Amino acid sequence: MSKQYETVIGLEVHVELATKTKIFCACSTEFGGAPNTHTCPVCTGMPGSLPVLNKQVVEYALAVGLAVNCQINQYCKFDRKNYFYPDNPQNYQISQLYLPICHDGHVEIDTPAGNKKIGIHEIHMEEDAGKLIHDEWEDCSLVDYNRSGVPLIEIVSEPDMRSGEEVIAYLEKLRLIIQYLGASDCKLQEGSMRADVNLSVREAGSSELGTRTEMKNLNSFKAIARAIEGERKRQIELIEEGKPVVQETRRWDDNKESSYAMRSKEDARDYRYFPDPDLPPVVISDEWIGNIKSRQPELRTEKMARYQEEFKLSEYDADIITGSKHMADIFEAVTAICGKAKEAANWLMVEAMRLLKEHDMDPEEMTFSAENLAKLILLVDNGTINRTVGKEVFEKIFAENIDPEQYVEEKGLRVVNDEEELRRVIEGIVSANPQSVEDYHSGKEKAFGFLVGQTMRSMKGKADPGAVNRILKELLG
Amino acid sequence: MTAKEILSLTAVQLGKKIKDGEVTSVEAVKAVLDQIKAMEPLLNSFVTIEEEKALEQAEEVQKRIEAGELTGPLAGVPVAVKDNICIDGMKTTCSSKILWDFVPTYTATAVENLKRSGAVILGKTNMDEFAMGSTTETSAYGVTRNPWNPDHVPGGSSGGSCAAVAAAECFYALGSDTGGSIRQPASFCGVTGLKPTYGTISRYGLIAYGSSLDQIGPVAKDVTDCAAVLEVLASHDEKDSTSVERKDCDFTEALRDDVKGMRIGIPADYLGEGLDLEVREAVLKAARILEEKGAILETFDLGMVEYAIPAYYVIASAEASSNLSRFDGVKYGYRAKEYDGLHGMYKKSRSQGFGPEVKRRIMLGSFVLSSGYYDAYYLKALKTKALIKKAFDEAFSKYDVILGPASPATAPMLGESLNDPLKMYLGDIYTISVNLAGLPGLTVPCGKDSKGLPIGVQFIGDCFKEKNMIRAGFAFEQSRSYEMPQMAADAMAGKEEK
Repeated sequence: MSKQYETVIGLEVHVELATKTKIFCACSTEFGGAPNTHTCPVCTGMPGSLPVLNKQVVEYALAVGLAVNCQINQYCKFDRKNYFYPDNPQNYQISQLYLPICHDGHVEIDTPAGNKKIGIHEIHMEEDAGKLIHDEWEDCSLVDYNRSGVPLIEIVSEPDMRSGEEVIAYLEKLRLIIQYLGASDCKLQEGSMRADVNLSVREAGSSELGTRTEMKNLNSFKAIARAIEGERKRQIELIEEGKPVVQETRRWDDNKESSYAMRSKEDARDYRYFPDPDLPPVVISDEWIGNIKSRQPELRTEKMARYQEEFKLSEYDADIITGSKHMADIFEAVTAICGKAKEAANWLMVEAMRLLKEHDMDPEEMTFSAENLAKLILLVDNGTINRTVGKEVFEKIFAENIDPEQYVEEKGLRVVNDEEELRRVIEGIVSANPQSVEDYHSGKEKAFGFLVGQTMRSMKGKADPGAVNRILKELLG
Repeated sequence: MTAKEILSLTAVQLGKKIKDGEVTSVEAVKAVLDQIKAMEPLLNSFVTIEEEKALEQAEEVQKRIEAGELTGPLAGVPVAVKDNICIDGMKTTCSSKILWDFVPTYTATAVENLKRSGAVILGKTNMDEFAMGSTTETSAYGVTRNPWNPDHVPGGSSGGSCAAVAAAECFYALGSDTGGSIRQPASFCGVTGLKPTYGTISRYGLIAYGSSLDQIGPVAKDVTDCAAVLEVLASHDEKDSTSVERKDCDFTEALRDDVKGMRIGIPADYLGEGLDLEVREAVLKAARILEEKGAILETFDLGMVEYAIPAYYVIASAEASSNLSRFDGVKYGYRAKEYDGLHGMYKKSRSQGFGPEVKRRIMLGSFVLSSGYYDAYYLKALKTKALIKKAFDEAFSKYDVILGPASPATAPMLGESLNDPLKMYLGDIYTISVNLAGLPGLTVPCGKDSKGLPIGVQFIGDCFKEKNMIRAGFAFEQSRSYEMPQMAADAMAGKEEK
């Protein structure tokens, strides 16, 4: 590669809002459910039905907009985006084009070069579509309208990002803000957060934008990073070969780690947007905005400061724990029950993080209850079980959310404090390992550790380590 | 009471007689079903007649009236409903092939309100396909004929509802009015039709044509009936975001023969070129009658009149092109028998399912919303709409009611309009500005032309001022008596002889 290139990236992020009911009808937004059971005349596009706006959708959109420093369109409107596809029962999607609810905001991300502002062009509210199921066997397609009408916001960034790392940092930031606001759970895998990547490249130092492509079907942060790298290379190769980059929408195939063109600008659809005559403009008063601001929950920065202040956590620990709203929620709930903030933080930081990494899971996917972790902390704290056994029990809590008290009883995991039994076991260990005893007496400290280990193993970890040390020392003289 | 006596009653008169025990709802339904049987082979006012359901309802309603549960003025009175208004379990076609077998699972709020007041639903009336037309000739289920002369159209798009009321096939009917679809056919059929202020009657369950203009309204024999029905229909509905919460819905309060001091404006623009001389004469005569009763008459220039038709056809077609996109053969209604792939199915189902006038408006509407044309057509039309509203606002600062013709001419011959859609569109000139401005309008019969076809006078009120218009209409109506078309009277007479 002879020249230096710069990558210019903007994102369109769709976020499914956490409302109980759909955006224009009273149907449930609950995930799952037999096909077409969460439906009514409105969200199946029956003739004569009319949309009625769910106020909570506006409130969530406002909360997100305010948290990302947006201007609010206090007179905003819904528009119809017209296109034919069976997942869209009316053959138009109710969205916002002309007067979206929020515009001109930004978030700050950390980069190796320091803080950077990523501009937010606009946020608009819209409805989700249904799901098509292609039955190859019967050679037919079926439609499930359970998702039809689930509320979404689309957050459109400015083309301010220059690398995959910045994109991931921006997405992480958005996700945390939205999760903290309670506006969405933002799960990429389940599709409650989806990102389309607009990317172009240009020669370093150029101020003109190159031709961009839009990449769809990105279901994880890893896929996004791979897709950005793939598309950047593809465009640079085209430019180096003297071929034009075509403005088009492409679909990423993460298994093949490559993309293919879905449609080019030439056959781009004309959506014939126009204001939806069924929905009056949404007028947002200063008072309403004030209310949303005053009800804004504690965001991450405030939470981090409070954890250091109130629970005496280190900045590092507070940073890790607040890195996931769900993790922070568990931390606070556990602390509230058992009153041991340091312990709660330790279990989450060390054991939970280890297991998450091992299973390639997001913190949001942790399903155990705060009660069970609190019980575990107390069991260790009052010496009912030792820390080693505690780790085993935690794994069971993490995987199956077992009740640790019950589990410890059932499995007989209580620390053995019975002096006689311990003494008997240790005597056995000492007489079975004469070489180690000799090594110990000749000053090899390691040998003592070996004997403790043998004892613990023989006791299946249930021995009280203090007692083992004491008795062993005594026996070795 | 004899069938002829029953059928000669207005809705409110019949309601009173049922309440007084002089006649039962069942007897009224039987009389009207007989009249339907006699008239339908010629008129074709109905798309669907629900004989058994109507009789069942009548029996139930009668019991509830006798038990004192239903006390409203319309309890037990049979009604016909335009076929673009949904009723749970009753076929609703919009007079289109594309909805040939569509049976809704929900009921329009307007119909719910009627049912609550004890109405007995007879069936669904014919209309121009999706309410697009001014003659009821674009129906996929055959034309409806004018009971005053079957060689002529009944007007449209609520032609079935108006013909049915005129021919005594029902006591009153629901229509819908997007650009004059209640007021124009009411005037062609010699009956009274009312379109309230936009937002007064819920649109929930009304299959949309031009959503920002559509309103349901009553068609009846006189102003009293229209006011009484409107009182039942008007309600704030949470299911319709464009529905307005009103506290002044006691419309029958305005039924007073008193127009002393009422300021009535006649737009000079409504009396000029293109207006049939006989219509002009009849309308001015109606104005003079009100003047004699003490109203203050004045001619004025309304302005903007020539822009109303283009603005209307841009806005209504744009909305229609989007509203009608849901009819695609996927979920309900007509699907082509053979097709290739998804887009083949869409194209064939829609090509075969929609008639030419609907296709014309879908194409027109899609065009004006296309990128590059949106500003030049759609936005300009919206600005025109705002200017028209402003012109009316100025007029209503001077007048309580505006009076004018409902249509430039009386009912044309069958087939006369279809060859020249532009001419048909021009026939809406006196009615469509009312929809663009969201105003209420009322047409009342005011005479007949030399061919014996009815002429209607239109009263236009300011937004939420239906009462002024009802008062003027009622006062005028006192000067004449209701006239039934000869063929409808003959059908009743025939039964008497048997």
